[in-house]
Amino acid sequence: MTEHKHSQREPLVRLAKRDDLSRGKKWAIRLGAIVLALLVGSLFILVLGHNPIEVYKGIVSGSLSGPSTRRVTVRLAIPLLGAALALAPAFKMKFWNIGAEGQIMVGAIAATYFALFWSHLPKPVLLLLMVIASLVAGGIWGLIPAFFKAKWGTNETLFTLMLNYIALGIESYLQNGPWKDPQGTGFPIIAMFDQNARLPKVFGVHIGWIVVLLLTFAMFIYMTQSRHGYEISVVGESQRTARYAGMNVSKIIMRTMFLSGAIAGLMGFLVVSGADYTLNAGTSGGVGFTAIIVAWLAHLNPFAMVLIAGLLAVLTKGSNAIQTSFKIPASAADVLSAIVLFFMLGCEFFINYRVIFRGKKSVAEKGGADHG
Amino acid sequence: MDNLINFLTAGILAAAPLLFGVLGEILAERSGNLNLGVEGMMFMGGIAGIVGIYYYEKAGGTNPYVALIIGLVCSLACAGLGALIFSVLTITLRANQNVTGLALTMFGTGFGNYFGEAIGNADPSGFLSVSTAVKGIFNSPVFPQPLVELPIVGKLLFSHNFMVYLAVILAVVMAFFLGRTRAGLNLRAVGESPATADAAGINVPKYRYLATCLGGAMTGLGGLYLVMNAGAGVGGAWVHNCISGYGWLAVALVIFAVWSPKRAILCSLIFGGLACMRYYYPISFIPSSIYDIVPYIVTAVVLVFVSLKHNRSNQPPESLGLSYFREER
Amino acid sequence: MQSVNAVELRNVTKTFGSVTANNNVSLDIRRGEILALLGENGSGKTTLMNMLAGIYFPDSGQILVNGEEVAIRSPKDSFALKIGMIHQHFKLVDVFTAAENIVLGLKEEGKFDRKAISRQIREISSRYGFDLDPDKKIYDMAVSEKQTVEIIKVLYRGADILILDEPTAVLTPQETEKLFAVLRNMKADGKSIVIITHKLTEVMAISDRVSILRKGEYIDTVDTQTTSPQALTDMMVGRAVTLNIDRPLPENPQRRLVVKNLTCLDGQGVKVLQDVSFSAMGGEILGIAGIAGSGQKELCEAIAGLHPVASGQILYSSPNDPDTVEPLVGRSPMEIRDMGISLAFVPEDRLGMGLVGSMGMTGNMMLKSYDKSGRFFPTTKPFKDLAENIREELGVVTPSISTPVRKLSGGNVQKVLVGREIASAPSLLMAAYPVRGLDINASYTIYHLLNKQKAKGVAVIYVGEDLDVLLELCDRILVLCGGRVSGIVDGRTVTKEEIGLMMTRIGEGNGHDGT
Repeated sequence: MTEHKHSQREPLVRLAKRDDLSRGKKWAIRLGAIVLALLVGSLFILVLGHNPIEVYKGIVSGSLSGPSTRRVTVRLAIPLLGAALALAPAFKMKFWNIGAEGQIMVGAIAATYFALFWSHLPKPVLLLLMVIASLVAGGIWGLIPAFFKAKWGTNETLFTLMLNYIALGIESYLQNGPWKDPQGTGFPIIAMFDQNARLPKVFGVHIGWIVVLLLTFAMFIYMTQSRHGYEISVVGESQRTARYAGMNVSKIIMRTMFLSGAIAGLMGFLVVSGADYTLNAGTSGGVGFTAIIVAWLAHLNPFAMVLIAGLLAVLTKGSNAIQTSFKIPASAADVLSAIVLFFMLGCEFFINYRVIFRGKKSVAEKGGADHG
Repeated sequence: MDNLINFLTAGILAAAPLLFGVLGEILAERSGNLNLGVEGMMFMGGIAGIVGIYYYEKAGGTNPYVALIIGLVCSLACAGLGALIFSVLTITLRANQNVTGLALTMFGTGFGNYFGEAIGNADPSGFLSVSTAVKGIFNSPVFPQPLVELPIVGKLLFSHNFMVYLAVILAVVMAFFLGRTRAGLNLRAVGESPATADAAGINVPKYRYLATCLGGAMTGLGGLYLVMNAGAGVGGAWVHNCISGYGWLAVALVIFAVWSPKRAILCSLIFGGLACMRYYYPISFIPSSIYDIVPYIVTAVVLVFVSLKHNRSNQPPESLGLSYFREER
Repeated sequence: MQSVNAVELRNVTKTFGSVTANNNVSLDIRRGEILALLGENGSGKTTLMNMLAGIYFPDSGQILVNGEEVAIRSPKDSFALKIGMIHQHFKLVDVFTAAENIVLGLKEEGKFDRKAISRQIREISSRYGFDLDPDKKIYDMAVSEKQTVEIIKVLYRGADILILDEPTAVLTPQETEKLFAVLRNMKADGKSIVIITHKLTEVMAISDRVSILRKGEYIDTVDTQTTSPQALTDMMVGRAVTLNIDRPLPENPQRRLVVKNLTCLDGQGVKVLQDVSFSAMGGEILGIAGIAGSGQKELCEAIAGLHPVASGQILYSSPNDPDTVEPLVGRSPMEIRDMGISLAFVPEDRLGMGLVGSMGMTGNMMLKSYDKSGRFFPTTKPFKDLAENIREELGVVTPSISTPVRKLSGGNVQKVLVGREIASAPSLLMAAYPVRGLDINASYTIYHLLNKQKAKGVAVIYVGEDLDVLLELCDRILVLCGGRVSGIVDGRTVTKEEIGLMMTRIGEGNGHDGT
């Protein structure tokens, strides 16, 4: 009876907000989450009758062994990192831009236009034109939802999403119609770019990797040191406060989304001019969506994005490799990345909260007091 | 006239999977959970349903109705499981709903394609497909032939497969539930103001879990429909990326339907019609790839109009997209 | 065997992170009494009662209801024990009707019969003297009606123990009287009532006993009949305080701001300000009184350029050039701020406006002038210095000036906000609810700061909730009622009752002119 009474006294599990946890412990929790994610991921591999350890080894070796595979991995990481950087200011502003996919696509389309029809221009001029075109096109694609959001509060999540499909439709139209390669032997494809429209390589990978690394630093400074970055933080925290401070919230939303779209558009240019040398329906290839995950997991910190974009590129490249070596579908990359993401999202909870089980309160309390 | 009736019939067929998705998402959003993982859950529902039937038949099962039930149960369970992942992360572990929903879409898409491809590859035919008998159930009318053969109404009202009617019944039941029952009232309160609901003694997490998971399961039926029905999808075989944006359209349609199950029927019909209009009313100067994006353009325009109109009774659930923690201060 | 106490709290402790809200509190609530729970803001009254309502769960200690130990884990448990709490911020679903809100969450067998429910609600209404239409939507209701819904909700559930959290904060004096009459009816009916308050007059008027909390600690319980307001104040604040607020005579008042026939609309097109006219002088404090939501916020925002003006004029004369009159309507908030007009608005959640919770003091110092230093990359040095200054001068308690202000306590947050506004050396300072939620000492710091500004010749507009403070601090008091000015009176001669009447006058006669 007394036993029963005691169990009635308090709920089984209670939560308490943690004061700041040490950096080391935070990373330990996150690392633990990734390990758990890989364990759960291995179930999917086991189901197909493979040895998860072998497959994980295959993913690592298939993406990092040998200079040529490493180059492919880096090439995959470039647009991923760039698009995540593009999303950072929008997310900081709490503008849910899930339209990077479409912004990459229209950037690629605009760059392709010059590559196809202005290839007689000298290489530097042509490349510069392609850069500008992709920036402007991507920027406009980001500006459209921002305009409606700023004016009437139109839901940006769904709007940017619709724009993805519209961009894809435009690409499909161009590929099947006006831009179809006459030498394509009937297949609706777009011609390969002229040498003039191709990016130069540095250490075997197109120069885009330097661009995105520079962009990483630039974005870090923009977000933390600049006036714009300050404005973005305030708007993201509370639009009312921003207005009270005399900020032109509409202008800031539109400016930031133009920037976000433009950088994503630039990634479209890097993909067509540096990696694929042509435009097709797979040009953005889900990068815009995966970048959301990169940006979020990195807590919008540009340097952390480098790491996470690298990790996901390894997963993607590795999954392509195991497709041939183990006959495991390449969609494994999506499944594994999503599982890692689930665990990373979930583990933040344990960083922010202390879970107190009934009867163990004093122990947990002691643990918490170290940081209080 | 025939063309019009054929068009409308095709529109209804294309509307049904959307309606499942919209209803599922309305249920989730009414509880305050904005689950952007509809696309992913449709993939999960679709693959699980067809795989369930596939293995039943592989094991020698021949009864198409048993196969059907297995398919429905697998579909509901798997999509519901996807919603459960979302619920655990957002309700219990307080993760951001937007990102979690996207992750679920990524997971579900990968999940569907992964198993679809793997099982298809292992099959001697190279495809993951089911028997004609089962396909028949998903593609032929439920009503007796004389009814179907009635002029005009026969084709429009009685010629559809059982999933179409199931979707409509679900919509009506849900409208009744939300508007006329205590539990429905409680659920709406949870979505409008969880703090109020909590203070009134309603178990907020429980309602959110149930609404989100049941909603997710419903959404899964939409996926199964797309996989099994030849009118809107492929028809009894798995094709890579076969859901192709239907889930996202459903998310957008929820807004169009202003969170009302009854209006969801009408909105799904309009979009189903838009999706297949080009086959019945081709317009020569509009290329087909542009015609294909009309539903998305219309959705974008609708989004703008909904935001333009500020009407007390037309607003989303007040706390949509927000987590609720009682002890926060 | 029945104990006299409906509820007993034994050594209850509750902490939030590093803040102790209640420390070892023991307290009894008797059957059929009205118990006042008295304490300043932040003394832990609401937290304590929330543990009876199932909102919080105590870290340690026991709760006994009718002599039996209980665990109240959720509001549901609380209802089951016949405890009902009416929160300060109403917990109602706006898009529902009164009846829907009242039955929300009830588990009753059988059909969901709306007619029967309405009938029952009418019955309760007439028994205790309420006036309520069960089918009216909450968003169409006035504040006092919403409160009625909350109380009926609790009664409908058969509560025997009612807890009211600052029920009079949103009511006019007349409505308060009505509420007290209802409470006395309930007491006569055998119910136990706890009224959480920090207003001594109400404690004296309604309660049988008073329990006092201070900074989370239980101080004492006394019989109302045997105590005095002065004794209660002493227990509440811990030491004797002089209730006098300084009020020097205005020196050389200059016309600083003239508002003429100002009308503003809200998002729905409803007039939130109608035909408001007044002037504010340099060197004086103009108080603005009114029931919550009478247009105070919109008035301040309109002057600061943050709320659109439908018609009327706002004219400003700079102290350097008193003869020139400049219109403010149509100017951007930045321009208005640059002219020397400053608004320190403390919203209910303290952070919603004016401060960025995730930023430290430095970041918040930058909020209104970040654009003045450096075109692309603002220099942070002057803001750091300013933050250090304010921290020192106003005694802001914070680990560092880069600690997010969200983590600071309410009083410190307000010091940061008001300190920043004063640091911008305004010529017109609007302080809206600057002492909201502050303890007496911190409040006096703020009054002192405002008086210093007044002495400097700044025109101060003070929007407050507490009539006693308005009466002691302000030179003139403007009373708003339903978005209109119902009077502008001399703060030195007016009485509290007169202001209370003015706060309600226009609202009732709809169309009457208050002047």
